[in-house]
Amino acid sequence: MLFKISLSNIRRSFRDYTIYFFTLVIGISVFYVFNAIGTQAAYMTVTKSRSDIIALLKDLLSGVSVFVSIVLGLLIVYASRFLMKRRKREFAIYLTLGMSKGTISLLLLLETLLIGMGSLAAGLIAGVGLSQLMSALVANLFEADMSAYRFTLSGEAVVKTILCFGITYLVVMLFNSFTVGKFKLIDLIQSDKKAERLYLKNPVLCGAIFLAACAALGYAYRTVSNGAAYLQPTEFMVTVGVGAVATFLIFWSAAGLLLRLAMAMKPMYFRGLNAFTFRQISSKISTTVVSMTVICLMLFVTICTLSAAFSIRNSMNDNIRSFCPADFELEYAGEHSEEISGEPSGETENGKWLYTDVVKKCDAYDYDITQYFSEYVHFHTYTDSSFTLEKSLGDSFKQIENQYSFIRYDTPEDIVRLSDYNALMQLYGRESLTLENDEFIVVCNFQSMRDIRDATLAKGTAMEILGHTLRSKYDECLDGFIDLTSQPLNAGIFIVPDRIADESYADTDLLIGKYAAQTDEEYAVIEARILKDFDNMRATWAKENDGRRITVSYRLDTKTNIVEATVGLGAIVTFLGLYIGLVFLIACGAILALKELSESVNSLPRYLMLRKIGVEEHDISCSLFVQIGIFFLLPLLLACLHSVFGMKFGMYMLEMFGTSKLTESVLITSLMILLIYGGYFLITYLSSKTIIKGNDSD
Amino acid sequence: MALLEIKNIEKYYGNKSSLTKAIDDISFSVEAGEFVAIMGASGSGKTTLLNCVSTIDRVTAGHILLDGTDVTKLKGKALGQFRRDKLGFIFQDFNLLDTLTAYENIALALSVQRRPVRQIDEAVNTIARQLGITDVLQKYPYQMSGGQKQRVASARAVVTEPKLVLADEPTGALDSKSARLLLDRFHYLNREHGATILMVTHDSFTASCASRVLFIKDGKIFNEISRGDDSRKRFFDKIIDVVSLLGGDVSDAL
Repeated sequence: MLFKISLSNIRRSFRDYTIYFFTLVIGISVFYVFNAIGTQAAYMTVTKSRSDIIALLKDLLSGVSVFVSIVLGLLIVYASRFLMKRRKREFAIYLTLGMSKGTISLLLLLETLLIGMGSLAAGLIAGVGLSQLMSALVANLFEADMSAYRFTLSGEAVVKTILCFGITYLVVMLFNSFTVGKFKLIDLIQSDKKAERLYLKNPVLCGAIFLAACAALGYAYRTVSNGAAYLQPTEFMVTVGVGAVATFLIFWSAAGLLLRLAMAMKPMYFRGLNAFTFRQISSKISTTVVSMTVICLMLFVTICTLSAAFSIRNSMNDNIRSFCPADFELEYAGEHSEEISGEPSGETENGKWLYTDVVKKCDAYDYDITQYFSEYVHFHTYTDSSFTLEKSLGDSFKQIENQYSFIRYDTPEDIVRLSDYNALMQLYGRESLTLENDEFIVVCNFQSMRDIRDATLAKGTAMEILGHTLRSKYDECLDGFIDLTSQPLNAGIFIVPDRIADESYADTDLLIGKYAAQTDEEYAVIEARILKDFDNMRATWAKENDGRRITVSYRLDTKTNIVEATVGLGAIVTFLGLYIGLVFLIACGAILALKELSESVNSLPRYLMLRKIGVEEHDISCSLFVQIGIFFLLPLLLACLHSVFGMKFGMYMLEMFGTSKLTESVLITSLMILLIYGGYFLITYLSSKTIIKGNDSD
Repeated sequence: MALLEIKNIEKYYGNKSSLTKAIDDISFSVEAGEFVAIMGASGSGKTTLLNCVSTIDRVTAGHILLDGTDVTKLKGKALGQFRRDKLGFIFQDFNLLDTLTAYENIALALSVQRRPVRQIDEAVNTIARQLGITDVLQKYPYQMSGGQKQRVASARAVVTEPKLVLADEPTGALDSKSARLLLDRFHYLNREHGATILMVTHDSFTASCASRVLFIKDGKIFNEISRGDDSRKRFFDKIIDVVSLLGGDVSDAL
């Protein structure tokens, strides 16, 4: 019997449950899709380093899932509480008929169970379907071979999803029983007779608070966009707090202010249904200030996360092309040897690695390490232990140290001969430089280091480098780099005239080259061979050590490795961004939709009345469209404004990844918001339209 | 020609197995400037009749002509326009928009007709003066008494100068003092404004304000009496007589 009632209840209040159910299904399927990525990737043929990245991605997604399930859980509790409120009259009827509160609790329990199982089933089916599409994206991002791919069902993800949502539903059930226990019959019966009190807020107070909120926002915007580099964590938190409070106050005052403004424009206000429309909007906003604020801030986070994620991914792929123009780099920092009996110290007497020419060393073992290259440059850098970052900053050092306490100022600067640098630039296909005898140039592409160095270079102070006094040719750093990287991370290299480079200052040996490969197969063969040869060579050196312990310090990077790391990082960032962004968008859309739908049900008598006095259907639809449109648009607009300044700060943080394709990222983000948020808007509008049609028999 | 002509209308509810005749062949007409009351017990079909005249409900058979237009043939957009321009409504539960002030509620009837602001302002203030609600114009419905609400609703109904004002139990939710005050205003609107009013009620006192009373029983016209030159008291006694004849019990009559 109870089961029958619950089932028919659900069927009857279907229009209320549509959005709830819809949200649950999307939430569950998104949860499944992202948790299933790990399992799916296992079926793809990927390289070792990529499968490591996939494992990392899986761990990260599991971690984020905890957060996501909390967000979704709160959303579900909120939504079910909301639906409960709407059914007070129904409960009143049950109670007057003599049903006990326990039975009502049981009824609700059954309903939650039915909805829960239904949505879990639907969500999982949708999730499994969507995850097959997701596989294509995963394969694309990891450049995996899809030929071995088959339809997958991730048992692990299914269990996780069921567990996660099962717990949430349990909480909802407990919560519902608790609420039922607190019911008083008189409140239930009179629930829809409660007179709605509407106050016009004092316009002067509204105006003052609005201006104050705008000023506070302006302050927050200025702080994050101008002084991003100097912002302390506490200051940052304060700014975020100010922004949040200002957002709340703006929504609080906007309701009254908007109405006042409209009322002042009499010809517009008393035209058609405008007076009604504005009153509706104003009352809606003033009763949902808190939700509007939360939604606005969530949208803000969503926009920033999505744009940042897409931007990182896009510029990374771009960066590879510009910052990794060769195939192979061996950086041989040096080696040192000692008696095996001696205490291992790891460093030589003068505290640095002994410079070793790695090509010569290989030659000594009858191995030509350069044989695979079509082109290569072999050179070394110089360092002068007395020429450190502190020295190169000169007078500005004290001031800069105060701002950036985390930089190590006692590291010796890297110095490269002009002819070596130009040879490398020729290999890279970049422009070469020229220098007079007493000049030097700093090349740097890490933006914040560039700013620091430019301040010093602008003063044109002479510097003591390798025992010579030189002046900077330019009053700023030039764009450039030596190491193969995926990002602009060169913190600064000094290019000096060849004549002053004394071999006693030699520091790190560098071998950078392009493989002599025509096809992808040849490329792979060469790379495998050179890596294997170098490993063998090191093993040989370790054996033939004349009874001494040899410690070597080297770094070997190939374009393949760099690309893989980048692709992996890009994929991780994309997935995390998508995951959080999607869930937040769903939550925002669902809250707004539920609020709006209940608002429509409450306003039904108003619309019926309008219809009775002969207002045309078209006018009513227009009014409804404007009401819902503004309700959805207002938090989005403010969130967009927040994001413009938030992203300015974000750009600073993202600098090392590059921000080249920001416009494109913003476009993709907008498209996603339009799709999901817009989808919620459309569904809300259409369902509201059906609701306010009502039935004359009601 | 009469302003409102109702010709042999019928309204059935239900399906083949259980058919309810809410209105069973009713015909009558209302002249311009008349104040007609329709009386009957609960379930006699009086509200259904009013709903059919007001185009809120559709008749099963027959014709309703208002000012020469057959309202049973109107559809969609024309229906809305007809209601907006030709009819004024007063309901038992006032049906004011709780989010709007009294002024805005009255103005709404004019603004949906796309009247210019100056004209709206003038019309609202004039009607408010006549109905004695000038001092509540800036209040919200929840700040007003029932009588004030009903007078605001009446102002909204007549401010557009409709051909016909339809009132459904206008005194039903009012105390006797407010009811009397409202009926006074109705009388004023009918006499001074020349408003044609068709009112449904089951209260004999309310009906005694009208110039003519139609009695409905089981979907049919049972009787009809005109006030003529009678005093209100005498007319009220006549109505009571018919009501007792109708079989309505005492609580219905009073």
